[in-house]
Amino acid sequence: MELFFILQLAFYVLGGVFSLFASAEKENLSRATHLLAGIAGGCGMVYSLAVLFGAPQVSYLFPAGLPLLGSLEFVVDPLSAFFVFLISFLSLATSIFAIGYTRTSQLQKGVPLLGFLYNFFILTMVLVVTVRNIFYFLIFWELMSIASYFLVVHKHERPEARRAGFIYFVMTHIGTAFITSAFILLFVNTGSFQFDPLSAHAPLLSPAWKNGIFLCALIGFGAKAGMIPLHIWLPEAHPQAPSHVSALMSGVMIKTAIYGLLRFLFLFLGKPFAWWGSAILIFAIFSTLFGVLYALMEQDLKKLLAFSSIENIGIILLGIGMAVFFSATNQPVLASFAVVAALYHVMNHAAFKGLLFLSAGAVLSQTHTGNMENLGGLIKKMPWTAFCFLVSAAAISALPPLNGFVSEWLTFVSLLMGFKSESVGIRFFAPILASLLAFASALVATCFVKAFGIIFLGTPRSKCVSESREVDFSMKLGMGMLAACCVLFALLAPVIISLLGKVAQQFFGSEVLSQHFVRKAFLIDPAGLSQFAPSWAFIAIVVVVLCILIATRVFLGKGTIRIGPSWDCGVKALSPHMQYTATGFSKPLRRIFSFLYQPTRRVEVEDEGHEILRTARRFESKVHPFFEETFYRPLSKWIGIVSQKVKAIQTGHIQLYLSYIFVTLVLLLIFLRLSR
Amino acid sequence: MNPIPSVLQVLLVVTVAPSVSWWIKKIKASSQNRVGPTLLQVYSDLGKLFRKGMVISNQASWIFHVMPYILFSAVLVAASMVPIFFKGSLLGFSGDAILFVYLLVLGRFFMALAALDTGTTFGGMGSSREMTLSSLAEPALLLSFFALAYHAGTLSIEGMVSHFGSQSPLQILFFGSLAFGAMLIITLAESGRIPIDNPATHLELTMIHEAMILEYSGRYLALIEWGHQIKQFLFLSLLVNIFFPWGLAEPGAGAALFLGSLFFLIKIFSLAFVIGWIEVHTAKLRLFRVPDLLAIAFVLAVVSLLGQLMIGQ
Repeated sequence: MELFFILQLAFYVLGGVFSLFASAEKENLSRATHLLAGIAGGCGMVYSLAVLFGAPQVSYLFPAGLPLLGSLEFVVDPLSAFFVFLISFLSLATSIFAIGYTRTSQLQKGVPLLGFLYNFFILTMVLVVTVRNIFYFLIFWELMSIASYFLVVHKHERPEARRAGFIYFVMTHIGTAFITSAFILLFVNTGSFQFDPLSAHAPLLSPAWKNGIFLCALIGFGAKAGMIPLHIWLPEAHPQAPSHVSALMSGVMIKTAIYGLLRFLFLFLGKPFAWWGSAILIFAIFSTLFGVLYALMEQDLKKLLAFSSIENIGIILLGIGMAVFFSATNQPVLASFAVVAALYHVMNHAAFKGLLFLSAGAVLSQTHTGNMENLGGLIKKMPWTAFCFLVSAAAISALPPLNGFVSEWLTFVSLLMGFKSESVGIRFFAPILASLLAFASALVATCFVKAFGIIFLGTPRSKCVSESREVDFSMKLGMGMLAACCVLFALLAPVIISLLGKVAQQFFGSEVLSQHFVRKAFLIDPAGLSQFAPSWAFIAIVVVVLCILIATRVFLGKGTIRIGPSWDCGVKALSPHMQYTATGFSKPLRRIFSFLYQPTRRVEVEDEGHEILRTARRFESKVHPFFEETFYRPLSKWIGIVSQKVKAIQTGHIQLYLSYIFVTLVLLLIFLRLSR
Repeated sequence: MNPIPSVLQVLLVVTVAPSVSWWIKKIKASSQNRVGPTLLQVYSDLGKLFRKGMVISNQASWIFHVMPYILFSAVLVAASMVPIFFKGSLLGFSGDAILFVYLLVLGRFFMALAALDTGTTFGGMGSSREMTLSSLAEPALLLSFFALAYHAGTLSIEGMVSHFGSQSPLQILFFGSLAFGAMLIITLAESGRIPIDNPATHLELTMIHEAMILEYSGRYLALIEWGHQIKQFLFLSLLVNIFFPWGLAEPGAGAALFLGSLFFLIKIFSLAFVIGWIEVHTAKLRLFRVPDLLAIAFVLAVVSLLGQLMIGQ
């Protein structure tokens, strides 16, 4: 199995190098590069699945390394294998999609560089989740951030791309700073750069240290995951990247933060404290609600999807929060159920959000606009894309019998297992959180009815649509694979859960058995609250639909159908602009939650003296960006002021700088002497 | 699971559902000194729709054609999870209250999409309003289920019904009644009745449900209407069986099943009378007042949960 690991890395390197240096034609180049990335993904799936199914863990010691920092060792244990699997299967689909996508007119230039960065980006993600050394983890983490930064600013001639890149760069480095501090605090305690001694040393950590490290890790990884209020980069950066990259960023890159968080919470820090769980739950529910509330107000398709990623990170964190809580109160079986719920949602989100971004890419490549107000009626022009978008929209809205519902059900039950908790607070708040989750998921359904309905249904709202046609085969194949995953991940739920149980075992020891979660086709919860059989639900729905179809056909015959225009109230002139717009669709919610959105609208009418001879009309409607205005604007202002003050010691004379260095050196020597 | 009575239950739901709608219509008619339709009228209406041909918009895509089937099947699968006259159901083992609620969401999701499909203003209007109001109703509905689940120790609908059936209700009478209040409001919202929506109007700017299905005709309309009646019936049977579980038969008893169904019919028609009474005595709320009503339902559910936590399991 080590062979497959090395092969995967080698194919990414090969694909990247090939893309930069080969002088092949553009078409063949993109085909070769992305095929290599796809093959690498296939290799990754082989060994990661093998490890999850019980093969011994894969480990590989890189023969060279930097001195003093420990060895560059890669180990694929069940947790890493799960994330390698995610990265591999999603990148397989996006690579196939990218073969066609990079040839579309949108991305004509910079394809060699894009292919290089794409391969490099996936490579760094695989390295991040497999490496077993603090120092190299940070290096790969940073490389991953930089690769994704360059992908975000791929269209650097556009000012909004540069702005998004800048915000992303700043936020991700704030995150990295906190992650680095968390690791340094761990290192100070153990004196080792390798991961395994850290886990072994966990019980010896003092509570204060543990709390400090936890906070650093939560903020650091939270910033990468897009947890509110550290999310502001996400809705800016994801839409700017090419769509197959956005799919990877939303589908797996932000999940590497979940990987890091899980490693810290359950392996490096030993037994967690109960308040950590509460803290995570608070951040989680805010991310869930605000993520979807802001997604609802978006008219830009990719921004909408980016906000919805924040919501899904919230759902994942709800599972993790409950897991931390149960783990702190010595209920390992319940804790592992909650971990399984979170991991299951991580996987499902990769599938359906990947698919959503890919189909958004397909729409963009044809219509050249992501603004929903200019779209409409695409289902007739692009039936396959529309079908794939519908499957993923239904999955993300947690509709049975698709995969989104399975993980949402698991999360609901994890929250309701709070009934079995000793603490009265959690017994009360856990079901309240569950009902807020229900609220959020109903809003997600609203949001995706809006997205699908406005973009694909109705009549075209502008010329952008009329020139579009269905995308080519490779793009259809890439999307189709993920659509199949949305169904498969629901049907295979019992198998998947027993595999995820192995990850939970790694956290909570061998007393956790998959019999606690799965009985034949049924998913059960260890608290005995409920059971659910995804395959039964699927069969029931399909069978009943077929029965009714056949029954109406048999008993009533084919029936006569007349085709006519839609009902126009007798006006005889239904125009596309009479349809509901995306803005109009979310108007009731904008009004109900106006305390949050604080919407403003401006209507400008220009006329030349006569009211009926209007020359121009402009309408503007905005919602108040709460977090940007409340947290970040004052913060950046404050940083500006401080920088002005600091300027006083920055005179530009080299002598002065030399003396600064000298003074620092002396101080450090004194400190060293004293600390001996 | 007893297959024969379970299937009978589903058949009962499917056949009796239209007559509950008739009963409510009749109550409204008699309050207005009208005679109202006969019982056969509702069935012959459905039959006529089923036999009629259809006029379909030239803008419609396949979503428009599959929606009635998905809606009806989702409601039917949901119906097979609810105990009606005995403490069991056909598919109750395959899922719980959460699945039940989300099956209804499945139908609604497609209905809202089909409304947008024909490119009319009314469709968009209905779709937007329906999704907005249902997003506000859903947390309250699930929270009342959760509050009941805390006491019953199970999330399955069967489990809850048999738990409350074997318990003296006095212990949680007060807090249970709060959950009942919450669910009653949600029932009004989900079945599109006054004060949330007016099922008796067409082409009015206040409509929600009717606006979505304006383009439908023939057998599609029949399936939608029937599905809607079944959905309303399901909510009513949940209310009577969870909160007034008297007379429910044990699984397997022969003659008791007959008595059980008799009891059930009496209970459900009395509850439908209450719905009709509310409809006669209240005016429709302005659209932006409805969230307040749904917020009341949510608060009732919260208080019910809190109270049951205080009393203990």
